[in-house]
Amino acid sequence: MHPLLELKDVCFSYHTPQGETVALSHISFSVAQGEFLAIVGPSGCGKSTILNLICGLLSPEKGEILFHGEASGGRTANIGYMLQKDHLLEWRTIWQNVILGLQIQRLLAPDRLQLVREMLKTYGLEKFRDAYPSQLSGGMRQRAALIRTLALQPDLLLLDEPFSALDYQTRLNVGDDIGKIIRRESKTAVLVTHDISEAVSMADKVLILTRRPATVKSLIPIQLGLTEPSPLAARNAAEFKMYFNLIWKELNDHVSDVERPDAVPAAAKTQ
Amino acid sequence: MSQTSNAQTLFLQRQKRSKILIQAARILLLLAFLFLWQISADWGWIDSFIFSSPRKIMQTFYEMCCDQSLFTHIGVTLLETLVSFFFVVVLGLLAAVFLWSFPRVSKVLEPYLVVLNSLPKSALAPLLIVWLGANMKTIIVAGLSVAIFGSILNLYTGFLEVDPEKLKLIYTLGGARREALFRVVLPSSLPLILSVMKVNIGLCLVGVIIGEFIGARQGLGYLIIYGSQVFKLDWVLLSIVLLCLIAMLLYSTLRLIERRCLRRRSL
Ligand SMILES: Nc1ncnc2c1ncn2[C@@H]1O[C@H](COP(=O)(O)OP(=O)(O)OP(=O)(O)O)[C@@H](O)[C@H]1O
Ligand SMILES: [Mg+2]
Repeated sequence: MHPLLELKDVCFSYHTPQGETVALSHISFSVAQGEFLAIVGPSGCGKSTILNLICGLLSPEKGEILFHGEASGGRTANIGYMLQKDHLLEWRTIWQNVILGLQIQRLLAPDRLQLVREMLKTYGLEKFRDAYPSQLSGGMRQRAALIRTLALQPDLLLLDEPFSALDYQTRLNVGDDIGKIIRRESKTAVLVTHDISEAVSMADKVLILTRRPATVKSLIPIQLGLTEPSPLAARNAAEFKMYFNLIWKELNDHVSDVERPDAVPAAAKTQ
Repeated sequence: MSQTSNAQTLFLQRQKRSKILIQAARILLLLAFLFLWQISADWGWIDSFIFSSPRKIMQTFYEMCCDQSLFTHIGVTLLETLVSFFFVVVLGLLAAVFLWSFPRVSKVLEPYLVVLNSLPKSALAPLLIVWLGANMKTIIVAGLSVAIFGSILNLYTGFLEVDPEKLKLIYTLGGARREALFRVVLPSSLPLILSVMKVNIGLCLVGVIIGEFIGARQGLGYLIIYGSQVFKLDWVLLSIVLLCLIAMLLYSTLRLIERRCLRRRSL
């Protein structure tokens, strides 16, 4: 049985007149059906690049990206990509925004629309169907963006720091919401984040990248032993702090001479 | 909400009063100007044969209304302006979309567009007359030539400024460049399109008048040139006043359309 997604020895560089930027070097990992992978790494190390490669906006210079063991190319596989900002189109109502993907792919069948309607209801946006994005709060906008992505019923969900534009309070709540939604719809997901707590609380395993050019530093499976998993509950699990510190150490390995090691637990406590 | 504080009521009153004052001052200024003009003409401070006077202009207006000739001139100028404006809108949008769709081609054409745009279009008018003949077609092309290049450049640069992340969104939803154009580029450029059009209707009028100066038998531009040649300066000044009114009318019509279209967005 092949994993849903597999990256094999992927390399990528950006070319500009100013020069070459090696972004990724020999990245390999896989994501099984129904699994939730978080990718953390220093800023600018190439996390977004990985997602752009997976969904086919870029193509790898070396190596392969396989879906169910086949190199079908991102454009044909059914992938949902949630960008950092919600990018709701201001001139469309929430309803017109959430069906944008269906419109583009000409999939406006009644059963698909019914599904979207149900999602709006489930995620508390039913009343705002005919509102414009400017009338919604940041959290609601983010949920609308998620519904827009889920409306296409993707097999794989890519999330690029989807909560970073929100304030801390909203971020916890929306993160919890969206984490639950993804679990409920039993989606396979890859989440890019720079927030360690977010990664530990939402993911099944965390992939840690080095600085640019990014290589895989380590892969840490997360097992919190919760009966009813939810990102907020996860933050209170006994093992949470242990994982947090582990990932923190992995991320800061190369700067250990700059940063004092005793700063680690203090930062962990504030989370 | 109905509970407005005293200070707020006072503020609103003051605001309203100042608005009325400004409006009144505007009207008074116009009346004072007309009055001074009339007085200077009556008392011989200025030669009313050259400078005309409000009364003479009104008389000319009345006479030309009676013999219907004025309506033809106004109608012809308006028609030519609107037709050339229509072509500016359609051709400008098509050309800008074309340039956006083919970035290579647009790179090649850019310097030519810039040169054509900065060329004083009145220089083209005599050429157009020779090429196309002294008829309405020429005058419409003259109006078009004044506005078209600027429109294309403005629209095209506006299209390029669309948020690349929004385009990426369309691509991640499985859309191609076509979808990006119709779902994001054009709708998000609507305010730009409207404001470009608002400027260009005035430019079309300029072009039409230039065209009428040299190759027409009808229209307000013709009336101005003919009037100045036969020393009927009442005609000239009447035409200029009418042109002011037409320009104002066209501009405010477009502003109204703009407000209509954008009201929904600025909730
Ligand atoms: N279009 C581009 N052209 C040239 N260089 C680029 C381009 N996009 C990204 N880069 C460079 O590639 C590197 C990786 O970029 P990427 O956006 O993948 O990083 P990231 O890990 O997502 O960063 P962040 O944490 O800031 O989101 C960065 O150093 C960036 O400067
Ligand atoms: Mg990024």
